[in-house]
Amino acid sequence: MNLTLKVWRQSGPSDSGRMVKYRVEEVSPDMSFLEMLDVLNERLILEGDDPIAFDHDCREGICGMCGMVINGVAHGEQVATTTCQLHMRHFEDGATITIEPWRAAPFPVVKDLVVDRSAFDRIIQAGGFVSVPAGSAPDAHSLPVRKEDADSAFDAATCIGCGACVAACPNGSASLFTAAKITHLSLLPQGQPERLSRAKAMVDQMDAEGFGGCTNTGECTAVCPKGIPLDTIAQMNSDYLKANAK
Amino acid sequence: MAVTGAVMVLFLVGHMLGNLKIFISRDSFNDYATALRTLLEPLAPYRTLLTIVEVVLAVSVVLHIWAAISLSRRAHAARPVKYAAKKSQAGGYATHIMRYGGVTIVLFLVWHLLDLTFGVVNPKGPVSTPADRMIAGFDPSRWWMTLIYLVAVVMVGLHLRHGIWSAFQTLGWANRNRYKALRTGAALVSAVLVIGFLAPPLAITFGVVK
Repeated sequence: MNLTLKVWRQSGPSDSGRMVKYRVEEVSPDMSFLEMLDVLNERLILEGDDPIAFDHDCREGICGMCGMVINGVAHGEQVATTTCQLHMRHFEDGATITIEPWRAAPFPVVKDLVVDRSAFDRIIQAGGFVSVPAGSAPDAHSLPVRKEDADSAFDAATCIGCGACVAACPNGSASLFTAAKITHLSLLPQGQPERLSRAKAMVDQMDAEGFGGCTNTGECTAVCPKGIPLDTIAQMNSDYLKANAK
Repeated sequence: MAVTGAVMVLFLVGHMLGNLKIFISRDSFNDYATALRTLLEPLAPYRTLLTIVEVVLAVSVVLHIWAAISLSRRAHAARPVKYAAKKSQAGGYATHIMRYGGVTIVLFLVWHLLDLTFGVVNPKGPVSTPADRMIAGFDPSRWWMTLIYLVAVVMVGLHLRHGIWSAFQTLGWANRNRYKALRTGAALVSAVLVIGFLAPPLAITFGVVK
């Protein structure tokens, strides 16, 4: 496959950045998107150019490090797929592919396609934990959890914190991420004592970071590589309203 | 957004039911308008309840717009650099026109109040009965006015299609088992309101109601 890439290049946080066009030739359809970028980067290094910086770690879709907006869609158009698990066979030979970093004020660009997602860490620090000695995993039947709650909590817990929800949201809202973390804990017995204070602290931190507000467009859940459901946001809103009513 | 929106939806239902009185007769429509003003009499003076409703609605409209503007400002602040390419993945025309649709509805609301409430831009003028203003306003010769109302009411319908289920989500009453019912319900209520609001003007313009 031969491709034309239009990639966002930005040498550092203070650089204004620009789109740069590259030709990539002899791409195997079996390559992942990141491997295709590796091929381009090897060539750029040999030519003495600066390679394109992008985040990546496990390359098996579970760490949440990778992520870029591919042809206007966070992680590309393949549903429930991280960028590292996106394969080149989903693209046409000769296609032009636009690659941009997550765009959000709370996610400043570090370099090229790498953004600083520390804002997510601070949201977690605000309340995404349980203040009980959790110890080792308890026996499965020692603490009864309704099947529906266990399933919903697990769905929410699969969030890998990649930030695609923020990137896709027309409001630049981090509601799906924050809601996933809140729902994960608020449905389980261990999360009950701090349920309302957690929701309040995390939502307030999310707002303080400068993320936008949720207008229920559903763009987040549509691009989420883990398919975090939209009703986590309703759960978050419910807990947050109750916390404020107290 | 959710609470003020809900107030306005409830008002719209009442407003639509009132409008349909024109299908009974001009007198029925006028009597209904009088009844709105004399409700609670003699317990409270003329127009007490109506004035309260008007104040609640005005406050709702202002707060709703204020919330929309602050959401929009936060959204712009949260994404200072736009995407070179952006493709929506969640379908829904209604969702994407909430802000422009809202502006359209406000502009229409101003015209609508000048036309049928105050009668300033109505052919019958301010000193006339509500039924006369309505029937003169949508006279077949003024087909373009009916067209404006048609576009505006459809805009309201699209606004509510997203707005109604969205209010449940915002208030935390939605969940995965309810989404289908909420979305269907929102579409149904929107459709009923659009049909109910368009029936009188269309009937007048096409000469069914004279």
